[in-house]
Amino acid sequence: MERKYLLGNEAIAHACLEAGVDFVCGYPGTPSSEVIDTLRAQPERPYYLEWSVNEKVALENALAAAWCGVRAICTMKHVGLNVAADPLMTSAYTGVTGGLVIMSADDPFAHSSQNEQDTRCYAHFARVPCLDPASVQEAHDMIPEAFALSEEFGLPVIFRPTTRICHSKGDVELGAVPKSTRNGEFKKDPRQYVVIPAHTRVLHKKLNEKQPAIRKRLVEKGFNRCEVKGKTAVIASGIGATYVQELLPEGVSFMKIGAYPIDEEWLGDFVRKHEKVLVIEELAPEVEEAVRQVAGTVTVFGKKTGSAPWEGELSPQGVAAIMEKAGVLKKSPFAVPAPGTDLPVRPPILCAGCLHRGAFYAIKKVFRDAIYPSDIGCYTLGLQLGAVDTTICMGASITVGSGIAHSGETHDVVCTIGDSTFLHTGIQGLMNAVYNGANMTVVILDNRITAMTGHQPNPNTGLTACGVETLAISLDAVCRACGATFVETVDPYDVTGMVNVLQEAKKRKGVKVIIAKQMCVITARRMGIKRGRYEVDAETCTGCGTCVRFGCPAIEFADEKALINDLCMGCAVCAQLCPVGAISKEGKK
Amino acid sequence: MTGSYDILIVGIGGQGTILASNILGEACLIEGRHIKGAETHGMAQRGGSVESHIRINGLYGPLIAPGQADLLISFDLLEALRYSHYLKSGGTAVVSKNLVIPTSVYTQKLTPPAEEEIAAALKMHGLCLVEADRIATEAGSPLSQNVVMLGAASRWIPLKPESLLEAVKRLVPKKTIEINAKAFQMGRDAGGKS
Repeated sequence: MERKYLLGNEAIAHACLEAGVDFVCGYPGTPSSEVIDTLRAQPERPYYLEWSVNEKVALENALAAAWCGVRAICTMKHVGLNVAADPLMTSAYTGVTGGLVIMSADDPFAHSSQNEQDTRCYAHFARVPCLDPASVQEAHDMIPEAFALSEEFGLPVIFRPTTRICHSKGDVELGAVPKSTRNGEFKKDPRQYVVIPAHTRVLHKKLNEKQPAIRKRLVEKGFNRCEVKGKTAVIASGIGATYVQELLPEGVSFMKIGAYPIDEEWLGDFVRKHEKVLVIEELAPEVEEAVRQVAGTVTVFGKKTGSAPWEGELSPQGVAAIMEKAGVLKKSPFAVPAPGTDLPVRPPILCAGCLHRGAFYAIKKVFRDAIYPSDIGCYTLGLQLGAVDTTICMGASITVGSGIAHSGETHDVVCTIGDSTFLHTGIQGLMNAVYNGANMTVVILDNRITAMTGHQPNPNTGLTACGVETLAISLDAVCRACGATFVETVDPYDVTGMVNVLQEAKKRKGVKVIIAKQMCVITARRMGIKRGRYEVDAETCTGCGTCVRFGCPAIEFADEKALINDLCMGCAVCAQLCPVGAISKEGKK
Repeated sequence: MTGSYDILIVGIGGQGTILASNILGEACLIEGRHIKGAETHGMAQRGGSVESHIRINGLYGPLIAPGQADLLISFDLLEALRYSHYLKSGGTAVVSKNLVIPTSVYTQKLTPPAEEEIAAALKMHGLCLVEADRIATEAGSPLSQNVVMLGAASRWIPLKPESLLEAVKRLVPKKTIEINAKAFQMGRDAGGKS
């Protein structure tokens, strides 16, 4: 079969094609987004595909499709599963007829996330099977198996790759893509699909009765496997298993866990053949707790003995250190050289010409001592500009803002939220704030797209996931429908206009909404929009540093003068800020 | 340790590290070799420091441990220094002379290291400095700097130059094949001179 060098998520997407997926939906979130991005870019799509407005909406859509007997996948990042937790828990009761795979991608080390929660705990909680790949190839191979398992047991199956799987690459052996397609058909069965108490009590019992057979099947499928080689054993899951395999000394047994729930009988047989067992896994001690339950007098090393870290991401050198500490490896083969010291940091930064920078500048100018709740998106980088005081989860800027406003806090509250995040879970917060009379200003940073995760369209874009034109929702109308009476749309590149509207909002009571609308600068570049570059007249420049403090990567400072480099996108905000008018469009001095 | 040849490509989000990784991957496929890689995606890319791990003949995990890389390819001088501890003793750094001063230097009033200081600090390794910007412009487009860098590094990469060149041709946009093929060859020549 064909072999390709693919990103983990591309391999997962291809495996969906091989499994004959019929229904694809999800909400973008790093590191999960490229699965749908790959599937929506296919020249032929014999499946329905959508970017949903949030994960709860996505999962309920996918669940219904699976009730109709078709194969559905629903993708999200780990924290998205919190939003979808409500349908998840009960979907285990109702079950499915068509295969339903819920891909929830975990992010150990929180490379691009607000926490390091472990999706395996959700699977345990919901009592549904969970597959946990250790490599790109395994992630690919598990997808058709996940659909088959889902159909065999009539349960949703959680697929939990981590960042190091989703954003790893490898040469992947691909399978054939079938031609057949299915059509959904809903067969009414209220005892299955209407979870009134009388029905749900029965369904809960059925769910529990499925468990022993699931545990056996996961071992038979080879997801959980072991090899006895001595009196010491290492048990590992996920990407950690690959690091262990590279380091494993002769005569040490190895067990690889790739699926949950783990069969206790099988696990106990293995563990009790050893004197000492080391468990290596990322995040929660899911495997370790199962091992401890069956260990008896066998010594178990893991997180609970302080041998392995509870947080962060595993690495080859980290795993070597754990194995050395537990006495499994004589000495780590990795020297740990010190990194270069005192280098200026280069964190991610808002792009040159990003609309958010202009909006934050105006907010800070008008509301100098305000409290700035913010949200999840590129604009969280406004932290570097001192314009972000809180971020907790999707949609929590408006709600945190109204909470602060109602707490007795006397400072102004100005919150920022992106368009996609507002549509995800911000609307309810706005409705609640208006209804309950909060005093606050809400700035919707409207760049017409879900930018941070890779420019996925949303209901505000005017395009569906498959590129079909659709009516772009009116944020103004949505906000007014929520009861807001002060709703103003303004271009954040227009500093004076932005400042004036904010000043107007500051004078008023109640919830004021400002929609700061301007296209994402990356979208603009891709569309070929050229605004022309700006330059600093060195003779006029006084070196005051106003433009440099604006924090745009296109503005540098050398020899007591500002200068604009070729990253400039022509937003012209710096030209409006310069107190001596030293900045103007190239060639227009 | 397991016979893989480990390459770390570093730079700044947007400089084309991912395309460089894809070219190496494609070249491995051409030669029928296994390859593992890991890279930075998502918001972390927005102008931030990015890294791409590539393990030719890799069979296990995708990450390279510090002190284990055979080759460091850096699209920026400062980033080369930031990641130089990943090189093993006897490893080689192929580094673009390009230096983008991080915005943190201006907003936090930090002192950036001078070009000569960085080059001196990197001298403990085999060092090949490449005028990627100039060479790419000569080849026809400053956007081909990543391919210039791959060309320069190809002296050390255990893949046939023909495979790498073929991979370049397969992966760059059609209109730019000629420029990139030239960029690869000119980069390779520059790598040989140092």
